[in-house]
Amino acid sequence: MNMTWHPIGDISDIPLRGARCVKTPQGKIAVFRTAENEVFAIEDHCPHKGGPLSQGIVHAKAVTCPLHNWAISLETGKALGADEGAVRTVPVRIDGGALFIALESLLIAAE
Amino acid sequence: MTEKLVIVGNGMAPGRMLEHLLEKAPGHYEVTIFNAEPRVNYDRIMLSPVLSGEKEYEEIIIHGDGWYIKHGITLYKGHRIVAIDRDKRTVTSDHGVTTSYDKLVIATGSVPFILPVPGHDMRGVITYRDLDDVQAMLLAAQSREKAVVIGGGLLGLEAAAGLAGRGMDVTVLHVMPTLMDRQLDPAAGYLLQKELEGRGIKIICKANTKAIIGDGKVEGIELDDGRVIPATLVVMAVGIRPSVGLAKEAGLAVNRGIVVDQGMQTSDGHIWALGECAEVDGMVYGLVAPLYEMARVAASHLAGDRSATFVHSDTPTKLKVTGIELFSLGDFADGDDREEIVLRDASAGVYKRVVLKGNRIIGTVLYGETADGAWFNDLKKKETDVSEMRQTLIFGQAFQGGAPLDPMAAVAALPDDAEICGCNGVCKGKIVSAIADKGLTSLDDVRAHTKASASCGSCTGLVEQLMTLTLGEDYSPAAVQPMCGCTDLGHDDVRRLIKAKGLKTIPAVMQELEWKTSCGCAKCRPALNYYLVCDFPDEYADDYQSRFINERVHANIQKDGTYSVVPRMWGGVTNSGELRAIADVVDKFDIPLVKVTGGQRIDLLGIEKEDLPAVWADLGKAGFISGQAYAKGLRTVKTCVGSDWCRFGTQDSTGLGIRIEKFMWGSWTPAKLKMAVSGCPRNCAEATCKDIGVICVDSGFEIHFAGAAGLDIKGTEVLGLVKTEDEALEHIVALTQMYREQARYLERIYKWAKRVGLDEIRRQIMDDTDKRKAYYDRFVFSQKFAQVDPWSERVSGKDKHEFRPMATVGFPQAAE
Ligand code: SRM
Ligand SMILES: Cc1cc2nc3c(=O)[nH]c(=O)nc-3n(C[C@H](O)[C@H](O)[C@H](O)COP(=O)(O)OP(=O)(O)OC[C@H]3O[C@@H](n4cnc5c(N)ncnc54)[C@H](O)[C@@H]3O)c2cc1C
Ligand code: SF4
Ligand code: FES
Repeated sequence: MNMTWHPIGDISDIPLRGARCVKTPQGKIAVFRTAENEVFAIEDHCPHKGGPLSQGIVHAKAVTCPLHNWAISLETGKALGADEGAVRTVPVRIDGGALFIALESLLIAAE
Repeated sequence: MTEKLVIVGNGMAPGRMLEHLLEKAPGHYEVTIFNAEPRVNYDRIMLSPVLSGEKEYEEIIIHGDGWYIKHGITLYKGHRIVAIDRDKRTVTSDHGVTTSYDKLVIATGSVPFILPVPGHDMRGVITYRDLDDVQAMLLAAQSREKAVVIGGGLLGLEAAAGLAGRGMDVTVLHVMPTLMDRQLDPAAGYLLQKELEGRGIKIICKANTKAIIGDGKVEGIELDDGRVIPATLVVMAVGIRPSVGLAKEAGLAVNRGIVVDQGMQTSDGHIWALGECAEVDGMVYGLVAPLYEMARVAASHLAGDRSATFVHSDTPTKLKVTGIELFSLGDFADGDDREEIVLRDASAGVYKRVVLKGNRIIGTVLYGETADGAWFNDLKKKETDVSEMRQTLIFGQAFQGGAPLDPMAAVAALPDDAEICGCNGVCKGKIVSAIADKGLTSLDDVRAHTKASASCGSCTGLVEQLMTLTLGEDYSPAAVQPMCGCTDLGHDDVRRLIKAKGLKTIPAVMQELEWKTSCGCAKCRPALNYYLVCDFPDEYADDYQSRFINERVHANIQKDGTYSVVPRMWGGVTNSGELRAIADVVDKFDIPLVKVTGGQRIDLLGIEKEDLPAVWADLGKAGFISGQAYAKGLRTVKTCVGSDWCRFGTQDSTGLGIRIEKFMWGSWTPAKLKMAVSGCPRNCAEATCKDIGVICVDSGFEIHFAGAAGLDIKGTEVLGLVKTEDEALEHIVALTQMYREQARYLERIYKWAKRVGLDEIRRQIMDDTDKRKAYYDRFVFSQKFAQVDPWSERVSGKDKHEFRPMATVGFPQAAE
């Protein structure tokens, strides 16, 4: 499948230890910026009951879901600790400060 | 007639022996101790917590100076015995003191083994045995440079973890293929290695040290394969040797250790030996449990009871590195006559293995989850036939007999003779009966009376569970509970240290209090943020990223990701203009549900996040501000109609409620704070189940506090009666400030009050006018920074990013 890189803004648009959302045809994507200035993107949909992960507290390379406190790894999308489940991770590229995420182009190409 | 007892060495074994002896034969001996280490008897096991900063040296002292004075014992600190004259029955120290004995006890412990590689005697090479070593390591750690620990056993890893925790860049060299190979099988060793590597400690197994390099002072280590690892500190933790030189020179029978019989007597009828230096039945020991057993036996013999004998038993090993759970016991080598049961849970990092021989447990390795250690130990000790429970054995005790999967139930189900504290060989029955018979209520009491959890401390959790089981509600283990996995400090310590050290930012707290994670977690960050907001209202910049989403966006998140909006309705009073504005907002934004809350105001539910600022803008025009229905802060002040309308009303309860709410809104508190004012004792505003409530009476205002009507139900306690509204406000505000300054995050007033004591609170608020005024003033000061309506701030653009998507991508472009 083809991936297309989409510009989504600048790293400074996201607060440190925070997140922003990107709306896509495949649902909302949550883009995180850690204290160490790393950027990760995952589906904005908790594997537990769909909580909006972009609203959670970011710590190290993980986010704690605002609804029932599952902690989700930003690197792997997997639930940490005793919980089981995973969300899709989305590739991110940083170019200077500019951020890009990769989406499958299938949907977009279909005119 | 008193006899002269001389003891060489003042370590943990003879210390324990003396305790038994003083109990069994008080006054029988005139005791003199020589100790090469210039200090009293301390808990050597706890050096690692001292190294990591979790404990101070003072906290690990077993017998302070006063103890020796009280018991008339002469302790020569810093005196090494260099000769024993068995004919004259004297010992002589390196400072030239000679003392005669009727009976002599040798307890010289062990000496660390030093690899005889070139460079081993250079500056910067140390071992890990006593407080001086710890102090040397702490000094070296200040440089935050590179350290190498040789030896991946218990001591080496504790040293490595401690040094890494102190900011050094640590590499562990271990000669075997996996860590702690004597206690762990390769699978558990691998998990341990992964865990330590995850904490930034480098580990090289199968590493043979060839030489320590440097020019008088350590610069690095060279391995057999030519690799060079730079380091300014080298800690050798490659094993210990029983310290037998003195005994050997005196001509006593010595093998690996000083040979003793099962009564701890050496080949000389006047001399006993115990501790790590003693060898009994061909075995020498390096963990305290068997040494304490030796101490018991030796004390019996010295007290004249010759029947006690030392019996070997396996001791479980645990690693005292916070956050790492491992337990190993007995024999777990593979073999034809053995079977094993293994459980692995890779995602949870759990590995359990039980080795059976003839349906009986002979060895256990648990990694990641060790709660069942005591139970396996018990089955092994009793040689229980486990064939009946083979299918479920590995899942632990909770799975047997359909018992619920609850750690409390597991502890409750342990038999009375199950060993809880391995170090001191204390069983469950002894702890439970001590708690009940002696009326013990704190962990320290239990430690003092039973010794359980008084040595390495790894059974503290179990002991606390027993206390909870025995004492029920009366015991709150939260007293010593760490805030979260990121620290070992409890909330109270953290609050105290923030003030004491003047720590004013979250990173400063984490750095100075040695947080174990880089940026905390969802538990500690909101708590720290609150403590800093409370302590430094003018200086601290609120860290929104450390607030739970509701407090960050000033609305309550709902299960579908939408938000609810609850405007303040002062004292539950509204009017047509406000209701009209609400109705208009509901229509304009198509809000799905409008509900009257249990807190006398109106909740608008199901609003999209992006719409929040616009909704607030419209509400703001009608004069509404945020009701903070989401805050660990002042929520509602419910009122009844009071004297203005009600035929029973004694005071203007509505007016007072509104006054309180207007005075106190916006303040952050440890947990939510709800109040109510009722106009008479009929109490229609339900003031007697609130955090703080007021019951108006003819003679004034009865102030209540510490009620609960949520997860717990509890009527309030009376704080006191005051005459005027002004006084009522001052007392309520002062009480709130006291609570703000003292409570743990998320602790409601009733829980805090239970801890602090109702009388103490009454004393400070009702009786101590100066204190009350000071609390009141501090609250008023902090309100200057807190009473800013968060909704209007956001309407005017603050935190815009919170309410807007960053981008919209990937949708088909509209055709031109
Ligand atoms: C809206 C409301 C129910 C209603 O429709 O009436 C409500 C709704 C919620 N309550 Fe409540 N409580 C509401 C009145 C109460 C009351 C009654 C009162 O305030 O007089 C209580 C019992 C009194 C008390 O606080 O002890 C109450 C005891 C709780 C508790 C248990 C607290 C406790 O420590 O025991 C929770 C859970 C918690 O806080 O951890 C809770 C938690 C919640 C949360 C915040 C659950 C959550 O975490 O999302 C609900 C948020 C709904 C929302 O988004 O608006 N709610 N809740 C009430 C809002 C009152 C207001 O105007 O602000
Ligand atoms: C860092 C560390 C962590 C440990 N962790 C654990 C653990 O978790 N669990 C566990 O069970 N065990 C643990 N141990 C082992 C435990 O501390 C020892 O087994 C125990 O302290 C030995 O007691 P002892 O009385 O035999 O000797 P020691 O406590 O070593 O005391 C011997 C004393 O004798 C003195 N001495 C020696 N020669 C002379 C002489 N000629 N004249 C006068 N004085 C002399 C020495 O200075 C020393 O003070 C640990 C040890 C260390 C170092
Ligand atoms: S009682 Fe409170 S927390 Fe429970 S469902 Fe109702 S609103 Fe939610
Ligand atoms: S929806 Fe995320 S934890 Fe429940």
